[in-house]
This record gives sequence, C-alpha cells and structure tokens, in this order.
Amino acid sequence: MFDLPLIWAGLLALAIFIYVVLDGFDLGIGILFPFLKEKDQKDLAMNSVAPIWDGNETWLILGGGGLFAAFPLAYAIVLPALYAPFIIMILALVFRGVAFEYRWRDPAHERIWDRSFHLGSLVATFCQGIVLGAFVQGIEVEGRAYAGGWWDWLTPFTLMTGLALTAGYALLGAAWLILKTEGALRDRAYGLARTAGIATLVFIAIVSFWTPLLIPEIAERWFQFPQLLFVMPVPTLTAILAAALAWGLYKRKDGVPFPTTIALFLLCFAGLGIGIAPYVVPHAVTIHQAAAPDSSLLFMLVGALILLPMIIAYTAYSYWVFRGKMDPEQGYH
Amino acid sequence: MEFLDAVILARIQFAFTVAFHIIFPAFSIGLASFLLVLEVQWLRTGKAVYLNLFKFWMKIFAVAFGMGVVSGIVMSYQFGTNWSVFSDKTGPILGPLMAYEVLTAFFLEAGFLGVMLFGMGRVSKSLHLVATAMVAFGTLMSATWILSVNSWMQTPAGFSINEAGQFVPEDWLAIVFNPSFPYRLVHMVLAAYLTTAFVVGAVGAYHLLKNRTNPEARKMFSMAMWMAVIVAPIQVVAGDFHGLNTLEHQPAKVMAMEGHYQSYPDGAPLYLFGIPDEKNQELDYAIGIPKLSSLILHHDLNHPVEGLDTVPDELQPPVPIVFWSFRIMIAIGMLMVLVGAVGLYLRCRRKLYENRTFQRAAIIMGPSGFVAVLAGWITTEVGRQPYTVYGELLTVDSIAPVGAPAVAASLIAFIIVYFTVFGIGTWYLLKMMKQGPKHAETQEGKPIRTAGTTPAAAIKPDAFPAE
Repeated sequence: MFDLPLIWAGLLALAIFIYVVLDGFDLGIGILFPFLKEKDQKDLAMNSVAPIWDGNETWLILGGGGLFAAFPLAYAIVLPALYAPFIIMILALVFRGVAFEYRWRDPAHERIWDRSFHLGSLVATFCQGIVLGAFVQGIEVEGRAYAGGWWDWLTPFTLMTGLALTAGYALLGAAWLILKTEGALRDRAYGLARTAGIATLVFIAIVSFWTPLLIPEIAERWFQFPQLLFVMPVPTLTAILAAALAWGLYKRKDGVPFPTTIALFLLCFAGLGIGIAPYVVPHAVTIHQAAAPDSSLLFMLVGALILLPMIIAYTAYSYWVFRGKMDPEQGYH
Repeated sequence: MEFLDAVILARIQFAFTVAFHIIFPAFSIGLASFLLVLEVQWLRTGKAVYLNLFKFWMKIFAVAFGMGVVSGIVMSYQFGTNWSVFSDKTGPILGPLMAYEVLTAFFLEAGFLGVMLFGMGRVSKSLHLVATAMVAFGTLMSATWILSVNSWMQTPAGFSINEAGQFVPEDWLAIVFNPSFPYRLVHMVLAAYLTTAFVVGAVGAYHLLKNRTNPEARKMFSMAMWMAVIVAPIQVVAGDFHGLNTLEHQPAKVMAMEGHYQSYPDGAPLYLFGIPDEKNQELDYAIGIPKLSSLILHHDLNHPVEGLDTVPDELQPPVPIVFWSFRIMIAIGMLMVLVGAVGLYLRCRRKLYENRTFQRAAIIMGPSGFVAVLAGWITTEVGRQPYTVYGELLTVDSIAPVGAPAVAASLIAFIIVYFTVFGIGTWYLLKMMKQGPKHAETQEGKPIRTAGTTPAAAIKPDAFPAE
C-alpha cells in the first residue's frame, strides 16, 4: 500500500511552494509600491496582477485547509503556537486584498488604499517570514497541544527570517514587473530588483549559517548521508543561479530574473524540507503521528489527483489570456 | 473561570467573523447566477439592456467577491487558532470536505473570475460565457461543501471515534450526505437567491422612482419580482421540510425555536410572541394559537409535543436568542411572499412600473435577505449549543489552549478592522448601486471598464453593440 501520509506531505509542500511563488510576486509588488511613480506606474503594476491575485491567494487557503485535513494534529498545534503572527497576517491580507477593488472605486482616497495595499502586503509577508522562522526553530508540545508561551515565536532568528522573506518577495515582485512591463516602469523594476536581489542573496547566506548553529538537529540532518548528497551541490547551484540572476539583471534580459528567482526559492525550500523531514511540527510531531487516518487521506487523494491537474491547467490558461507585456494605453483612461 | 471566558470570547469571535463572512457569499452566490442569466440573455437576444446590466452587476460582484475572499481566509485559519481541539478531533472528517471545497470551488471561482472581469475583448464571447458559468458553478459548489460540513456538525453520521478521541470516517457517503444536509443546502441556496433578488429589486425600484422609463431599471425590477413570487413560496415549503428534519434530529432546537418549555400531551400551541424566561423555564406574556404547533410539526392537532422539561438544563440551547431569531426569519420570509404576490398582482394590472408606494416598499425590503440569512443562521447555530458536534462534542471541550487576553485582543482587532474595511466596502457598493447602470456609461462616455481596473478594457465597438 502507498505511504499516504508521505504523499500528502509532498502534495502539501507543493501547494505551499506554489503559494510562495505566486502570492510572493503579487505581495512583492505591494512591498515595492512606494518606490513606484505616482499614478501611471502604480496603476500598471497593480493591473499586472489584478486578474490573478485571488487565484494566487487560494493556494494559501489550500495550505491551511490541507494541513487541517491531512495533518489535523499539526494544524491544532501550529496555529495556537503562532497565534499572533497568523492573526496579524490574515488581517493584513484583508487590507491589501480589498485595495485591489477599493482603489478604483474611490479616486479621492486612492492614496489611502495604495498605502493599505503596501502596508498590508509588507506586514503579511513579514508575518509569513516569522511563521517560517518560528516553525523551523521548533514548537513546544505536550500531549496533543501546544505547550509554549505566547511570545515563543518572537526571537532574533524569526525577525531575521521575516526580513529575509520580505527581500525575497520584493525580488519576485520586481522580476515579475520586468517580465510584464516596458519603458520607465521596467527601468524602475530593474533598479529595485538589483537591490532586492543583493538583499535576498545576503539573507540566504545568513539563514544557511544561522539555522544549523541554532538547531543542531537540522545541522545533523543536512550533513548526514544520504541528505548530504543533495546538500553538497546546493552552494554551487546557488552560486550559479545568483550569477544567472545578476547576468539577467545587468544585461537586461527580461525573461531571466523571474525564473531564476523561482529556482532560488525552490533550492531554499528544498533545503528547509530536508532539514525538517520527517517532522510536520519540527522536533515534536512526525508526519505519520499527525496524519489523519488513511481513509481520510485516500478520499482526498482521489479528488486531488483528478482536480489538481485541472486547476493547474485552467490557472495556466488564465495566465495565458493575460500573457505578454502590459499595454499602458489599456491600463487607464 | 478564566477558561470559560476564553470560550465565550472565542465564540463571540467566531460568530462575529462568520456573520460578516456569510453576508458576502450569500450575495455572491445569487449574483453569480444572476450574471450568468444576464449574459445568456444578452447573447441570445442581443439586447443592450442585458449587457449594460451585466457590466453593472459585475462591478458590484467584484467588490463583494473580494470582501468574501478576504473574510473567508480568516475563517480557514480561525478553526486552528481558537478551536484547535475541535480541529484535531474533527479534522479527519471535516478537513477533507473543506479540502474538496477549495479544490472544486475556490480555485474554479478565482481561476475564472479574472477572465470574467478582465477578459471581455481578450477571449471570445463563448469562452467568456464559460468563465461566467464556471464562476457561478463554483459559488454553488462552495455552498454545497461548506453546508455539508456545517450539516455534519448538526447531524453527525458515518463516523467512529478512535483511541486518540478523533472522529474518523467510516462511510464517506453517509458523512457527505448526512441527514440534514439536503434540506440545509436547498434552504441556503434559495436564501442566497432571494437575498440577491431583493437587492436587485431595490436597486431597480430606486432607479424607477427617478425615471420610470429607464429600461435597465424596469428589467431589474421585473426580474427581481418574478424571483420573489416564484422563489419565496418555494422557500417557505423548503423551510418547513428543513424544520421537520430538525425536529427529527435536534428536537431541543425546535423546542427552543417554538418556546416550548413544557411538554404538551394533548397538542401544543404555536406561540407568536412571548418573553422567554430562562431562569423559571417559562414563556412570559405568551400569545399563542392553540394546537397549531402540533398541526405544523406533526400534521395532527392533538399530537403530543415534548418540551424543554425533558432536556437537562445544561444541555439546552439558549432559548431567547433562538426563539427571537427564528421569529425574525419567519417574519421576513412572510413579507417576501407578500411582496412577490403584490408584485404579481400589479404586473397583471400593468402597474408594476407605476406604483411608487410599492417601489418604496421594495427599497425598504432591499437588505431584508441579509437579515433573514443572519437570523436563520443564528437560529440553527445557537440552537446547536451546547455542542459543536451535536450530541458528541461539547463547545467547552473544543477550545484551543489560548488565554482569554489573546482571544480578547484578536477579537477587538477583528471588530475594528471588519467594521472599517467592510463598512467602507459596503458604502462603495451602495454608491455604485445609487449610480446605476445607465449613469456609469453616459458619464464615462465610453465602454464601461469592467471592474474598473482592466488592462483589457479596450472593447471593440462591434463586439459589444451599443443600444
């Protein structure tokens, strides 16, 4: 029989990665919003994600819902443990989500909704980074419940991961704008991508050194066989991707920065995955301990195997409808 | 004591956030189907009035849907933050149902919403119609799964309990199609359609009062009044069936709805009014019609009816809330039937677009669907107390290990943010409704930009004929 919990851990990891990439670039545009010129650049940047942003955010619901469904025990432990960052994140997403529509409904207060879009994106990203850091550093568990304090999630390490994710999403957002726009906005995006790219690479280095120092279990896992086989080429691959990114940014190859950034995210994501497996709540609850019964997992798997390819197909179709460079003449009247 | 406070606060928080959330889907379920009808009618007849209405309501849909999405994300995480024990125990059953909701509904809506809002002129007319149909279908799928979840909490079936105390699935068909699910689904979808119809009717009436020859206003008002006269009576029948199903599976809820503190061995009265007195377990100042409750519940004037005296105090739902919210829902339902009947009468007399008093009444009835939905929801959810999973898991045993101050702080944050953000959103919606479909087009002097933000706004004049 198949190892259903393991399959679901893989599917959930895939969903979270798709979320990070997709919502990453539209949150990134929110993070960069104050650096874009008033009105025309801002309008165009927002229009470039308006048709797709809520599809992107749906992957976050799948992440939350999927964790609840496949690993209810982990869901029941992680959410109370990270109570404040989760609540602040979803409230921040409220502010940025409504800005997509409100901004156009009330031209007199457009500035307010621009700020709401920016701050909402920034705070949501920072909270996601904190959640990531707190998750990696470990959660105290007793029995079937969270047993730590209210502020366990707030440490220098989590603040650093908050900043790191902000830099990473900003890079994704800038790379998206490079891909989708031309002229002055693209020039601006190139400048922003260079800054965000340097910041992202610095943070990747910091995380790579700090994590094994902070959590010996992760160091052990990274440097033991067979994981070592994967971990060893990672610095080389990162260096190659960083060089490709730099080449794309300085030679102005519009199609290069976005995919190389995604590849960098994938490497980081895989590195974390190797550090955490087989736990679903690091160092406390394993995938198999937290898994729902096989009957639940199988019932869902049937649907997921049929529906996920369909979802990916029509999502790809909707990206394809809005493909290519934005036409600024169509963006506003 | 502090623990109990956290329970109350978490309950208030869930009630508050879900009450806000339920408003937007109730509207967007109906509106999505309405948009589909408008687009089909436009493609079939080629009449500009349908296209104008489609574009107008699509902009409103975009704002309402956006509010629904962000308030829905809150719900998907609140199960874990405040009700983690409930999540741990029910996850193996409810989790997959919600995962199916995400997979079959949320992605479908979000994936095709972009094409629907921004795709006119980019895709062919028939593909655009497909996108609208997918959005409408997605809203209905979403309702189906989430009502299956809710119904399972009311009438759990098809499960067993494992050694960790979790509910685990035995029979998925029995879980999904649990006893109250079909009734609740029909009742809720009809409620969503009626809610939308009365909003559309009110907007039509408002613009008729300004100009009774406005073709869009006439069309809206006419369509809404057809919905009222056909759907409102069906809803009364569906509600009755739902009530009988509740009597079978959750008798204590019906006792609270009826205000039956005592048992009535020779036929129970139907109380129209009364003040429930929880302490003394009696209905003060009661005005009732003898034997009518027995007739409604058992179709027999003298059928004995059991009261809350057969239920231990600690297992009774809070009677005053259930008693009153039920009456509010019923009263609005009856008013809706009345509006539908008067509308039909005026239509037959060819006075539908002329009778200004009736149009003013329709404006007042505009928000009535939302009130009825909330009242009905309060009736069924408060009536489920003191359980989260009826008869199986008590609310007090479902709470997360978070302190009352944390729940209180987040509750205050939700109240401030929701009233601000969704208050402003509602104001924008009202502003758009007040402007009306014609106005928007003449003011801009060019084709309406779908949802205002579209990069795809360049609609070819030949593709979308002007009136």
